[in-house]
Amino acid sequence: MTAITCNTRVSAAEIAGALARGETSSVEVTRAHLHNIERHDGAVHAYLHVDAEGALAQAAAADERRANGAPASALDGVPIAVKDVLATSGLPTTCGSKILQGWVPPYDATVVARLKRAGLPILGKTNMDEFAMGSSTEHSAYGPTRNPWDLDRIPGGSGGGSAAAVASFQAPLALGTDTGGSIRQPGAVTGTVGMKPTYGGVSRYGLVAMANSLDQVGPVSRTVLDAALLHEVIGGHDPLDSTSIDQPVGKLADAARRGAEGDLSGVRVGVITELSGEGYQAGVLARFQESLDLLVEAGAEVVEVSCPSFVHALAAYYLVMPAEASSNLAKFDAMRYGLRVLPEGVENPSAEEVMRATRDAGFGDEVKRRIILGTYALSSGYYDAFYGQAQKVRTLIGRDFAAAFETADVLVSPTAPTTAFKLGEKLDDPIAMYLNDLATIPANLAGVPGISIPSGLADEDGLPAGFQVLAPALADDRCYRVGAALEAALERKWGGPLLDKAPGLDPSTGSGQVKLDQRNGDAR
Amino acid sequence: MPDTPGAPAESGGRVQITREEVAHLADLARIDLDEAELDHLAPQLSVILESVASIKGVAGDDVPPTSHPVPLTNVFREDVVTPSLTPEQALSGAPESEQQRFAVPRILGDEQ
Amino acid sequence: MTATSATGDALLSYDDVLAAYDPALGLEVHVELNTASKMFCGCPTEFGAEPNTQVCPTCLGLPGAMPVVNGKAVESAIRIGLALNCEIAEWCRFARKNYFYPDMPKNFQTSQYDEPICFEGWMDVEVDGETFRVEIERAHMEEDTGKSLHVGTSGRIHGADYSLVDYNRAGIPLIEIVTKPIRGAGERAPEVAKAYVAQLRDLIVALGVSDARMDQGSIRADVNLSLAPKVSAGSTAEAPLGTRTETKNVNSLRSVERAVRYEMQRHAAILAGGGSILQETRHWHEDTGVTTSGREKSDAEDYRYFPEPDLVPVAPSREWVEELRGTLPENPTQKRARLQAEWGFTDLEMRDTVGAGALSMVEETIAAGASPQAARKWWLAELARRANDAGVELAELGVTPAQVAGVQALVDAGSINDKLARQVFDGLLAGEGTPEEVVEKRGLAIVSDEGALSAAVDNAIAANPDVAQKIRDGKVAAAGALIGAVMKEMRGQADAGRVRELILEKLA
Repeated sequence: MTAITCNTRVSAAEIAGALARGETSSVEVTRAHLHNIERHDGAVHAYLHVDAEGALAQAAAADERRANGAPASALDGVPIAVKDVLATSGLPTTCGSKILQGWVPPYDATVVARLKRAGLPILGKTNMDEFAMGSSTEHSAYGPTRNPWDLDRIPGGSGGGSAAAVASFQAPLALGTDTGGSIRQPGAVTGTVGMKPTYGGVSRYGLVAMANSLDQVGPVSRTVLDAALLHEVIGGHDPLDSTSIDQPVGKLADAARRGAEGDLSGVRVGVITELSGEGYQAGVLARFQESLDLLVEAGAEVVEVSCPSFVHALAAYYLVMPAEASSNLAKFDAMRYGLRVLPEGVENPSAEEVMRATRDAGFGDEVKRRIILGTYALSSGYYDAFYGQAQKVRTLIGRDFAAAFETADVLVSPTAPTTAFKLGEKLDDPIAMYLNDLATIPANLAGVPGISIPSGLADEDGLPAGFQVLAPALADDRCYRVGAALEAALERKWGGPLLDKAPGLDPSTGSGQVKLDQRNGDAR
Repeated sequence: MPDTPGAPAESGGRVQITREEVAHLADLARIDLDEAELDHLAPQLSVILESVASIKGVAGDDVPPTSHPVPLTNVFREDVVTPSLTPEQALSGAPESEQQRFAVPRILGDEQ
Repeated sequence: MTATSATGDALLSYDDVLAAYDPALGLEVHVELNTASKMFCGCPTEFGAEPNTQVCPTCLGLPGAMPVVNGKAVESAIRIGLALNCEIAEWCRFARKNYFYPDMPKNFQTSQYDEPICFEGWMDVEVDGETFRVEIERAHMEEDTGKSLHVGTSGRIHGADYSLVDYNRAGIPLIEIVTKPIRGAGERAPEVAKAYVAQLRDLIVALGVSDARMDQGSIRADVNLSLAPKVSAGSTAEAPLGTRTETKNVNSLRSVERAVRYEMQRHAAILAGGGSILQETRHWHEDTGVTTSGREKSDAEDYRYFPEPDLVPVAPSREWVEELRGTLPENPTQKRARLQAEWGFTDLEMRDTVGAGALSMVEETIAAGASPQAARKWWLAELARRANDAGVELAELGVTPAQVAGVQALVDAGSINDKLARQVFDGLLAGEGTPEEVVEKRGLAIVSDEGALSAAVDNAIAANPDVAQKIRDGKVAAAGALIGAVMKEMRGQADAGRVRELILEKLA
């Protein structure tokens, strides 16, 4: 391999700037990230599939466009990782499940097509909880992803792979999906940025659905501006998604740049009473309060708002989501694609028997739990009491948001109640696992946008915590503006990005790299 | 949407899901759970159901359900033919194929 | 009296059925729309394409693919609803009907549940001049499934070794039209069922929303039937409905009638013997004329319906609905009255035409240039007999109105006579091309060569001197025998009138 001359620790915006100025090439940048993957991913396991050849070919094409003075977009040539729940033609798409092992879609998700159109080389597909069901990436059928801050801890989930890839400099950008917090919570626990756009703001065509009325694709990055730039590439109307909003995506990068200037005068920031206090780790709350103070320093006005129905959000979510998922996952039946398992000891088994055996062998425990729970919630006799009631609670939550946004321009809370926990700690305790999404779920139920940005390290364990900014539907720009303002204030305070404090990845000591490399050797 | 012919199985305000019920649901969902899995999953599902059961009665009859978070209506496409996959693409993921068709094990029972 | 069917079902005689029971019918008709593209994706809908050539990620149910509603299908659904005097929902949703079946790519059917786009309508059905009002419960939008081919020694679903699935049909738009229970038809229940489906088909044809080919499955009927104990004459009370069976995929008009009659007789035999009806689906076998047991069905079939989250609600504006109402063809009753007047048919002629299911064919034949009486003659006399012999519906016989008009045009031009025309129909049914081509290929044209005709007349006179003498003596009526001999020699290909003229000239 040629010498790595490119600095992979800089932001996507900076890489794009260097590409535009001809200081580096996409091939060089892409190769540098592939090199990082080679060095670190044995330990982190952020990727399920790496497409070095494809990425380098796309990079070469990007360089040619730049050379011809016709870049396809501002991010042309900046490589990206894609969560394995998004269909990529010619690249395996497993959703972290055995049942889709080896499946290569014959089509691209709309967001993937937009990445390609904008010239972003796709480095590979990132690990995730099976079918995005989980908050730790431990439910991946292909083994967990590890948190780059502490390899014994979870990177969050379901998009732990995308967050860890970005946090360990194995990609400058990634795509995630967020059904109940799967972009934001991994962002919080890995010290990275994750944005869940307004429902309908980014096409879901080609996103293998967990819960169609909650799922949303969004950017995963290390800076707020990078998230905004990526959001502009993937967002906007798609006629292939009936729930896609027919409006332009908006000037999100401009909102981020404006926010970074640091003036939040006149911005009303609402603190949600119900998303604080009990169940939240002290260090997480301390960092939250500190961030809030910085927003006030920037000129924002802080108000307290109550959203009383939010206490029912988790219950509503754990009825709506499994109900939709149980139906979505019915298609995995061994007939048209994916795994086919023949039941043992059955002569000439029927289609029905093969379906049952395959679904038993191909789905993991968490998926089975949710399918059965969803089947129950939709059953006649239970529908009104459970699914019907959950849909009504969604209405109440939407009303709470509407009322809160009367008095506040954005709402804020800690993104996740705790920092990253240890691998295995909550694996067989579903309720404990589900509580991770307490603060992120309301946004999915109401369809509003939300961003998580790093708020610092908790005093107890020195691990990252996240600060969540929620905005009204279609006001995604407010998330970027307030998020960027806070990011700028915090980085001034820290003297640099939070990730510089990551022990295993500190470039000044190099010890982290060595540690990672050793693990790399062990794991492979 | 469906009528409610029977109330959920409850005792003392607690929702319990029996092992038999889990087996029935797994059957509806076409998952061949073995005995050990049933033993493992049934109590977990009971715990989950108990925690979500708090939702009952939260919203009254006057609250309309939300099935779609963004209130769009009438999203239609023109009746225009667009290119299909090639049969090779369509069958590319098939566990087995024959005569340009998906080969599946023998089908019991009837269409609905 | 009880008989036994080919499959061993006991059947009560039809008269005995009616003496003791009142039938209740329910019809569910699936109409495949003739949109260019499918219900939720842009794949084409052509019938008979090579397997799996009209599929995409959406209709193949590939992970990640999403549906988008075909606006034209919604328009067709509304027009069907309006033509059936239905209310059109101001707001309705699609719902998922969850069940596993290999020919259904997603293992749920995107359909409508408690919010159908059309509801509460009716259609007046005429049987032998009597009108029955069939009430329509709903008409909703859904998608079709794929088709499986069962491979194995039996060639049928049961006992097959494995199956081969083609998803070309999956996702083709369907409108399912469901009647309320039809009661009070009594002995005419089978005819009412048939007439309803026939009239519905005519309506669909008039609306132009479907190919309406029962033989190709573009209209499929499921027949629900139950029997209730007969209430005494004069009583206004209705007995509660009995347990019903649902006979699936009855794919011709004639079979609708036969299946209803069969199920009435089968139910009655069971009930009369003190048994009870099993609620189940039944399969109709066209060849043997029996139904056999399918799947046991309970009212609480757990399809776990819920609103389709990938599709947004359909809320047709009243302006749009009224605009579509303006595009409806005239209603069948008005249309019949108008046509009868235009064609100059007697009531009996009109009733026979409708009863034979020939109305639209006669209409199209007239439109193609034939006289009303000629059109009626060919369809009701000649072709109805052939359809009956072949055991198929007139519409499915394989002769088109344009061909019938073509045959009549040849008769009118004197190229053929009625007798030769029948041979032309033989050729048309054998697929020998247009009427002209059949005449050409089979050499059926009338010989207008005077020389050949004259020679044949001379031969006939020479061979029948006695007859010739009678004619010379003024017994002109005897000419018939000579005409017959000439026609025989000419193998029918002569104009009988001209032959008669020649005979009389020569023997004057």
